[in-house]
Amino acid sequence: MAVSLPGALLARWCLVRLRRGEPAGGASNSSGSTPRAGPEGGRGARRSMASVELRQVRKQYGQTSVIHGVDVGVRDGEFAVLVGPSGCGKSTLLRMIAGLEEISSGEILIGDRVVNRVPPKDRDIAMVFQNYALYPHMSVFDNMAFSLRLAGRPREDIQRRVEEAARVLGLGEYLQRYPRQLSGGQRQRVAMGRAIVRAPQVFLFDEPLSNLDARLRVQMRTEIRELHQRLRTTSVYVTHDQIEAMTMADRIVVMNLGRVEQSGAPLELYDEPANVFVAGFIGSPAMNFLPARLRRTPDGVEAVLGDALGLPLEGCELPDGSALTLGVRPEHFVIGSGAGLPAQVLGVEPTGADTQIFCRVCGTPVTVISRERHRFEPGGMIRLTPLPGKTYLFDAAGGQRIPTRDPRRG
Amino acid sequence: MSATDDGMSYLQSLPRRVVTLYVPLAVFLIVLLFPFYWMVITSLKPDAELLAADGNPFWVVAPTLAHFRKLLFDTAYPRWMWNTLQVSVISTFLSLAASVLAAYAIERLRMRGSRTLGICVFLAYLVPPSILFIPLAAITFQLGIFDTRFALIVTYPTFLIPFCTWLLMGYFRSIPFELEECALIDGASRWQILVKIILPLAVPGLISAGIFAFTLSWNEFLYALTFISASENKTVPVGVITELVEGDVYHWGALMAGALMGSLPVAVLYAFFVEHYVAGMTGAVKE
Ligand SMILES: Nc1ncnc2c1ncn2[C@@H]1O[C@H](COP(=O)(O)OP(=O)(O)OP(=O)(O)O)[C@@H](O)[C@H]1O
Ligand SMILES: [Mg+2]
Repeated sequence: MAVSLPGALLARWCLVRLRRGEPAGGASNSSGSTPRAGPEGGRGARRSMASVELRQVRKQYGQTSVIHGVDVGVRDGEFAVLVGPSGCGKSTLLRMIAGLEEISSGEILIGDRVVNRVPPKDRDIAMVFQNYALYPHMSVFDNMAFSLRLAGRPREDIQRRVEEAARVLGLGEYLQRYPRQLSGGQRQRVAMGRAIVRAPQVFLFDEPLSNLDARLRVQMRTEIRELHQRLRTTSVYVTHDQIEAMTMADRIVVMNLGRVEQSGAPLELYDEPANVFVAGFIGSPAMNFLPARLRRTPDGVEAVLGDALGLPLEGCELPDGSALTLGVRPEHFVIGSGAGLPAQVLGVEPTGADTQIFCRVCGTPVTVISRERHRFEPGGMIRLTPLPGKTYLFDAAGGQRIPTRDPRRG
Repeated sequence: MSATDDGMSYLQSLPRRVVTLYVPLAVFLIVLLFPFYWMVITSLKPDAELLAADGNPFWVVAPTLAHFRKLLFDTAYPRWMWNTLQVSVISTFLSLAASVLAAYAIERLRMRGSRTLGICVFLAYLVPPSILFIPLAAITFQLGIFDTRFALIVTYPTFLIPFCTWLLMGYFRSIPFELEECALIDGASRWQILVKIILPLAVPGLISAGIFAFTLSWNEFLYALTFISASENKTVPVGVITELVEGDVYHWGALMAGALMGSLPVAVLYAFFVEHYVAGMTGAVKE
């Protein structure tokens, strides 16, 4: 008897997988339409929301310092995305906000309360973990009801909230299932459901989509976004995927090596990166960086690429001969044959809408995106000219952006 | 149907399977089950047949329940059984309760010295009971519980707790940290996490620790022999040996009947929980 039970569960699970044949479509229709369906938003009483503020937060594990003084402010109702390469301390920071990790120094405020010494359960937060952390021995309903039961909410209230959350997330028919009987996407929704039934002041997400396949990830991205539009709960979302950050965030916080490199609205970071790291991290394909040198001539200042091409600059205070890094986004090159930087074509990838050209300029690999359908042979030479006014200059040593005004920008 | 010439068919061919599977299995079974067979046969043989020099020793001609009758009505066997059951159940539950708390604390509370403590627990398990029984005898004597069942109920946990703790530590380790962190955020206290999250997930581990503890205390011989002398306080293993062997007279039939009945509860227990038991020994929470 005990032998047949797991077998039966497995069979049912397989059936579910099969029935989900067109998983993304079916599921998105049910949940995609719901956010607009409930006008009152199901939140009942409008609750106080909260800002999250980190002041000079540091974290050390023994001797090794992982977070070196981070200042971040997330406003009430804002959707903030912490983004950065693997190991830069995003999860650590999030776990410190949640209270799962002690703070070595600094202050964390939720609302206007310093929560440094407040245990996680009293911080009025909810967290969605990367691998969902659903309780395997509880049904979906019990998973979602767990926190409410611990809080001693009345039965009808629990029932109502869980059902409401299940409706919003399209989980209605799965309430009696166990986590192992759900697909990855459904588990992800249960994890979200568990967070929203509590109507907390702050949502914390730690790479919640990274275990999903690409298509589902895009769909869930929209759903989380819609959910936020609807609930307007302050959220801190961790990811290492800059596209996720760009598409979801009200504000992006770019982290690297335990420091905040820059924070701001997505397009602000894209248009005005503060340093080489942010410039290279935000945008896909990444920005190209070319070594350059500053030259002062009687007519003014210019940045010289290779030995030939000079880009006129204005308002640059650096001395003659300073080493610079010139940043150009792949779509900001003009391909010509006369003037410009000589580039050797390494490969061409047409994607239909546009063409990606990989080439080498002065020994540096460069990616170019063009709307035209070029047919360059690998090994051939082309000429590239950066679009006037679309280049970024960085200090070659420190990587900081050098504020310039291109005279041709008008 | 001839053996087909498709490549994998040799795996299915009967002679091959007989050699690689059934023969070893049969040998194994015979070796394992023969003592039981011998026990059953002997307990059913009338004394005359038992002691006869001729006749087939592997078969019983005129089975009788006389030995069982003797055991149940002429000796304190039912009493021993009851004692054994009491001692085993109580010391198992005591040990489990203590081990759950110890294992959880060592594994998850990240306190100072928890690793050293874990290693000490393991070392405690390695100390053989044959060394410990002398000091333990002195202790039980001073506690005034010498020659009572309490002497066993108190001393069995000395080897059960280290074992169960060690086993449960391994099991708790396989439960993802994140579940606990999630519960912590959901508002659970440590105690609630233990009761509502960890224990339900560790049921297979608890069952295997429980079975193991129960078996160990059910079969325990040394402490039971040294700490107990009154017949009405004895356990089955000790009672059978001390009261059914008179000088150099072995009451083989009754001995075997006693051993057989004594091993039944454990066998039933195993049969009942065998799947959980295996799952527990191999560890790993699914998902
Ligand atoms: N318990 C620990 N002891 C020592 N170092 C740790 C510990 N936990 C994390 N670290 C270190 O802290 C740094 C940041 O880890 P963290 O998990 O926050 O990275 P992350 O940005 O979330 O990376 P990922 O994108 O891979 O999840 C890493 O270099 C890691 O090695
Ligand atoms: Mg992480």
